[in-house]
Amino acid sequence: MAQAVDELKHDHKHDEHPWFFHHHFTDVQQQFDTAKLGMWTFLATEILMFGGLFVAYALMFSMYPEAFKAGHEHLNVNLGVVNTAVLIFSSLTMALAVRSAQTSNKRGIIINLLITIACACVFLVVKYFEYSHKYHEGLLPGIFYSFPTDYVPHIEMYFALYFMMTGLHGIHVTVGIGLLTWILLNAMKGKYTSAYYTQVEMVGLYWHLVDLIWIYLFPLLYLVS
Amino acid sequence: MADNNQGQHKSFYEEGGKGIMSWVYTLDHKRIGLMYLVSVLLMFAVGGILALLIRLELFRQGPTILTAHQYNQVFTLHGAIMVFMFIIPAIPASLGNFVLPLLLGTKDVAFPRINIFSYYIYVIGAIIAIASIIFGGVDTGWTFYTPYSTGSGGKVIWMVFGVFVLGFSSILTGLNFIATIHKLRAPGITWSRMPLFCWGIYATSLIQVLATPVLAITLLMLIIERAWGIGIFDPAKGGDAVLFQHFFWFYSHPAVYIMILPGMAIISEIIPTFSKKAIFGYKAIGMSSVAIAIIGFLVWGHHMFVSGQSQFASMVFSFLTYLVAIPSGIKVFNWTATMYKGTISLDTPMLYALSFLFLFTIGGLTGIPLAALSVDVHLTDTYFVVAHFHYVMMGGTVIAFYGGLHYWWPKMTGRMYNETLARLACALVFIGFNVTFLTQFILGSKGMPRRYYDYLPQYQTLHQVSTVGSWILGLGFLIMVSYLLASLKNGALAPANPWGGLTLEWQTSSPPPLHNFEKQPNTKIGPYDYGVPVPPKKPGTLEGAVHGTSS
Repeated sequence: MAQAVDELKHDHKHDEHPWFFHHHFTDVQQQFDTAKLGMWTFLATEILMFGGLFVAYALMFSMYPEAFKAGHEHLNVNLGVVNTAVLIFSSLTMALAVRSAQTSNKRGIIINLLITIACACVFLVVKYFEYSHKYHEGLLPGIFYSFPTDYVPHIEMYFALYFMMTGLHGIHVTVGIGLLTWILLNAMKGKYTSAYYTQVEMVGLYWHLVDLIWIYLFPLLYLVS
Repeated sequence: MADNNQGQHKSFYEEGGKGIMSWVYTLDHKRIGLMYLVSVLLMFAVGGILALLIRLELFRQGPTILTAHQYNQVFTLHGAIMVFMFIIPAIPASLGNFVLPLLLGTKDVAFPRINIFSYYIYVIGAIIAIASIIFGGVDTGWTFYTPYSTGSGGKVIWMVFGVFVLGFSSILTGLNFIATIHKLRAPGITWSRMPLFCWGIYATSLIQVLATPVLAITLLMLIIERAWGIGIFDPAKGGDAVLFQHFFWFYSHPAVYIMILPGMAIISEIIPTFSKKAIFGYKAIGMSSVAIAIIGFLVWGHHMFVSGQSQFASMVFSFLTYLVAIPSGIKVFNWTATMYKGTISLDTPMLYALSFLFLFTIGGLTGIPLAALSVDVHLTDTYFVVAHFHYVMMGGTVIAFYGGLHYWWPKMTGRMYNETLARLACALVFIGFNVTFLTQFILGSKGMPRRYYDYLPQYQTLHQVSTVGSWILGLGFLIMVSYLLASLKNGALAPANPWGGLTLEWQTSSPPPLHNFEKQPNTKIGPYDYGVPVPPKKPGTLEGAVHGTSS
């Protein structure tokens, strides 16, 4: 009998768990800490993945500095600066969105996420114009390189790395837009309060990493000297 | 797979629902572990059949059953399947998934959805990689060295993309286990009271998380290189073919430790349980796993002594490679010391553990001449290397995997297997393995190059001995399959603790309930506190013995 009562109590307690709580954790704090550790671990894998490209860049740059210098002159530094500014600003609004979630400010989350998504879209639009410019000029990697004048040996290598690095980063920005939209929709449903904002914080961490990688890509690709 | 001996509890097989959908949508780490287990065993069977084909082809000089081109495709597929689809996920994703939360006294892994997601990524990756054989095959070898892999015929992109996808499954498993071990240990399971299996899996996960992304980007570059000729690995275009080797081995050497560390982790559980004695040097074994993981990242260049890398780099890599021998040696000596004056029972898992000690030691010791610069030049790309890594990978990891499979089989299925047949199979595997691969050390030292379709007459006898060995090995595995399958139907019901182990998984029923433990497991007794509170009883008769379910 006592056992049955205990079980009832247990079931009752189970019903009272908030929607976001998973049964295999002891408490909400443990669940949050676990998610955060998992996210940081994931970010480490991202850095190592880009690390391969950075190593390839370092090697090729040391072998063909002239080609890299010639290659970067085909890039529009102003557009690069605009994109850098846009991404850094979006990092700020992302941080503000997390802060709004922590203070249960629903309107703040939504507005800041909307600005962040808008910045991400601006970044991709600028990138689109840069890519199409290079496409029309024939400044493409490998077998597609067809820029007629001023050929510097191994300049294709620069464009190979340019497209691989910015391309992989662009994929991450696109994924980021998807994630930001997902938490925006959740925020509009009022899911995030000071009691639960894990998803906002995790997407925020991801977004800061995407910005951080760009901050390294920009000088490496646009400011070669 | 019926009820356990305790009767009143339902196992996770019943509690989680019936039918195929209850498996497809499951988030239960035990079911996911079993799904991984079936998949990796299937991959082992496919890879094994390919290995038998290779050995059969080499039985005689000249063409036997395959053309030279088919032979190249078969050994490539054998390597790729065994490395990427069997041995890397084998222990962590299957046995680890099932056992790790039990050992930590928790209900599940940290991220159950990521867990099932990683399984489906694994399946998709495996299908893509194997599809390459249907659409034209790959003959590059599992290492995909450039420039051959960028120019050769066949469906290299399929295979490489499949391996790329498989990598994400590996990363997600590692990430999940790191978070689980850090955050989900039951009260009382501190870092220094965690079973050594968890230390091994933890070190493995670190490598999976830190090395696999580099493989991902390397394979992506290889795909782009092959598709669009960007030239980054092509010396003719100003690229660097050796850069590919650096990138590849930056992952693939640590990956060797992804393979062996979980094997060592299993041995660290089996030996104390069947010696009924506290593990000797707990901290040394735990820390040596982490040391191997760290040093393992710094030795990749020893695969490239003849690639033209600088002599100085080779010297450094050679020195660092010798360093790996220290933590490995620490483990072997500690396991041996654990058995000293223990009450040893030679049940099947222990037989596998002893085989492991013997074979891994040979595998480890033959690594030392390969790490020596001058000797390696002579032995590079010979059968000596083939024999060395089969002694470590198969004699080490695969033997440990089957030891673990037998050790936890009663826990996973709730049934006991036929002990006599199991010992017979273990003996056949041990003998068959040595006949197959000991001969290859001799072949290699006499100059027989690896991956060759044909050979000079003086090598024929040894090749034939090796091929006969592969048949003994195959027979051993056939017997294993038959008694394991038979045990599912007719095996005796397994008690909760058939071996008298002290780790937490033995405190719950066999098979465990959905949430692993009916009540909070007793963590007051350390995982290896043998002999102190309750004298050990004879294995197999351990109804409620040792620390059981008292709380």
